[in-house]
Amino acid sequence: MSLNQAPRVAVLLSVGQHPVTRRPRRADQDARALELALNQPNTDVVPIHVGQASSETEVALRSYLGMGVSQIDHLEVSTTREDILPSLAQHLKQLNVQVVLCGTRAETGEGSGLVPYLLAKKLGWPIVSGLASIESIASGSMTFLQALPRGQRRRVKVSLPAVVAVDPASPPARQSAFGPAQRGDIQLVPSTSMDAEITDAESDRQVWQYQVAKKRPKRLKIIKATSARDRFKAAAAKADASGGKVLQEISADSAAEEIIKLLKEEGVLSTNSSS
Amino acid sequence: MSESILRRNPRQEWILRNRLHPQHQALLHQQASSEPIEWIGPQGVKRKAPHRVGFIGPKGIRRIDRSGGQQGSASDASRQAATASMSKPLHCIENPKHRILVVPDMTGGRLTSQDKDLLGLAHQLAALQDATSVVALIWGEHKETQLAEAGVDELIQVDDPQCLGFSPDQSLAWLLAVEREYQPSYWLFPDSGLGGGDLGRRLAVELDVHAATGLWQIHPSGDGVQCVCRASASTQDLTRPLPRVVMALAECAEPISDTLHAVNQLTLAAEPVQPIVRIQDLGSVAVDPASVSLAEAEFILSGGNGVKDWDGFHETARVLGATEGASRVAVDDGFMPRDRQVGATGTWVTARVYFAVGISGAIQHLQGIQSCDKVICINTDPGCDMVKRSDLAVIGDASDILTALRRKVSDLKQEKRHVA
Ligand SMILES: Cc1cc2nc3c(=O)[nH]c(=O)nc-3n(C[C@H](O)[C@H](O)[C@H](O)COP(=O)(O)OP(=O)(O)OC[C@H]3O[C@@H](n4cnc5c(N)ncnc54)[C@H](O)[C@@H]3O)c2cc1C
Repeated sequence: MSLNQAPRVAVLLSVGQHPVTRRPRRADQDARALELALNQPNTDVVPIHVGQASSETEVALRSYLGMGVSQIDHLEVSTTREDILPSLAQHLKQLNVQVVLCGTRAETGEGSGLVPYLLAKKLGWPIVSGLASIESIASGSMTFLQALPRGQRRRVKVSLPAVVAVDPASPPARQSAFGPAQRGDIQLVPSTSMDAEITDAESDRQVWQYQVAKKRPKRLKIIKATSARDRFKAAAAKADASGGKVLQEISADSAAEEIIKLLKEEGVLSTNSSS
Repeated sequence: MSESILRRNPRQEWILRNRLHPQHQALLHQQASSEPIEWIGPQGVKRKAPHRVGFIGPKGIRRIDRSGGQQGSASDASRQAATASMSKPLHCIENPKHRILVVPDMTGGRLTSQDKDLLGLAHQLAALQDATSVVALIWGEHKETQLAEAGVDELIQVDDPQCLGFSPDQSLAWLLAVEREYQPSYWLFPDSGLGGGDLGRRLAVELDVHAATGLWQIHPSGDGVQCVCRASASTQDLTRPLPRVVMALAECAEPISDTLHAVNQLTLAAEPVQPIVRIQDLGSVAVDPASVSLAEAEFILSGGNGVKDWDGFHETARVLGATEGASRVAVDDGFMPRDRQVGATGTWVTARVYFAVGISGAIQHLQGIQSCDKVICINTDPGCDMVKRSDLAVIGDASDILTALRRKVSDLKQEKRHVA
């Protein structure tokens, strides 16, 4: 890629499922990925869907089109069991893509979150998950913020080309507008991969069984006590002193020292930020 | 010979019989601690002195406290606690034939509850094979003191400074080195965002295993183990044979509670080769703590009715980099917005460190902080429930202590800036 050429970002879009009505819709995380890509100035966004063509797919893809993209490449595969990776990888290489954005987990099917990793392995590219916001896509590298648990953020730089999975903490996707959704174009790309035969992994998967999710049993508080007295105490217990340290008649300064010591031990006090 | 001659002390016996005597209690205590209630007699028969058991309560009725704490001394109680933990049977595997590798998240250097569940799951799997040990792999230093209780038979500690930040390639290289050397029968990871979830998927792809993700139950059956995983955004359950690489949800199994484990150190003969660094960790970014939702904040400074200087309180939260919380009274009085209320009718917080200033610790408030790890409090009343719940309680006036705290932390930051 030459320096002045806009980086090309592919966004993988899947068919989602509404959690209550089970209707097909745009997948939430994929829509967020598209949103991030669309908000990035000077980039060439290529939305891609891989899967079978059906009316449900059409509904979902149209709602992505309604976000303001003019065209989606639809790589068609013949059966649901066909491995999507070979044709996808080939298509991405052909397009000379720098960044592949995708959701962390699909909303239908297994939803294991393994696809980004498998794709990265297939392409030989690095994979990073947890994208919250993109800072810059320069030639050869991309800098972004990664969402950590508890609302924290980390800055990560990855060398391109790379696969990056979007975190649910990224900004929500814009609304889908009806007009553009109808006008947009779904470009069917026939599958180019030769190896459509069913692999070993596929035959393993035949014994897998899907059921509607059962409610998980609530964990009971099991009291393992050796004597009746202990059992009674555990059942009737009120939180008593946890053996904590109580500092009485101590000057404010030394109290502050003690508190700072504990905060530092726990690693929640950062002294290097400016304020 | 002298101790075998029994000498009676009629006066002492009289005092012991007369519970209204001023020296009665003192003598009773002395007796109880000096003379045993149970002993083995000369014929090898166990003898008991039932009159010495218990004490006479205020209503003149003999009370028996079977906790053993009756003698009153703290050393007794702590000795009991120590023997209680010693009396757990030691689960020891001399020459393990198989190993199950667990990679706990160790948030904040300690096992999370999910990590403990995972170790419980590992032991369920270990029970299905003979001579199988559960190995925990930990990155760098840790603060956990309960590894033996949690079920770690063997421990691999990776002391690679590069693995401490976010360097998945480097960590993966270590996992592959472990794989080559020990060939574990299972790899278990917590299915949690960027920790185990990320690393586990990398390993699964590298080992060409179709990993089980979102696992929450296993069923040992005749010809293998079946597992149940959450699929399709948790709307479906997938039942499938258990693969070698597993990412499990919280509460996938009961944690270990009644055995002690050896925690033998394992070493790696060969260090992994350095992978090419394609992913760089540029360090954490300061986020505005006020923007973090209360439910997921890591460090909360919470104010109650005892806070008089609210400007100082807000300033302290800013200096410490803490998310602000409040008790209901502080909210009702209009000092804090409603969405900052912690407790039964507010938010159930999960902070690792909860700092309560001038909060009495009403049960409705304590419910909200059940899952907090460390609680610090400042209160003027040493008898209040918040002090009992705290790991560190400071008795004193909140304004003074917060002022001192602000000054000290600012000083620390100044120093740091001068050094840098
Ligand atoms: C149905 C119901 C639901 C409720 N839900 C909630 C809830 O979700 N969350 C909640 O917080 N409460 C809730 N409450 C209210 C709860 O019962 C208590 O009234 C409330 O938590 C008390 O708040 P406090 O600790 O700030 O005030 P107080 O109980 O007045 O405690 C103030 C504390 O500050 C100390 N103090 C005073 N001056 C100083 C000083 N200068 N320096 C240091 N310390 C000082 C005092 O010793 C005292 O311990 C609920 C009540 C009901 C009935």
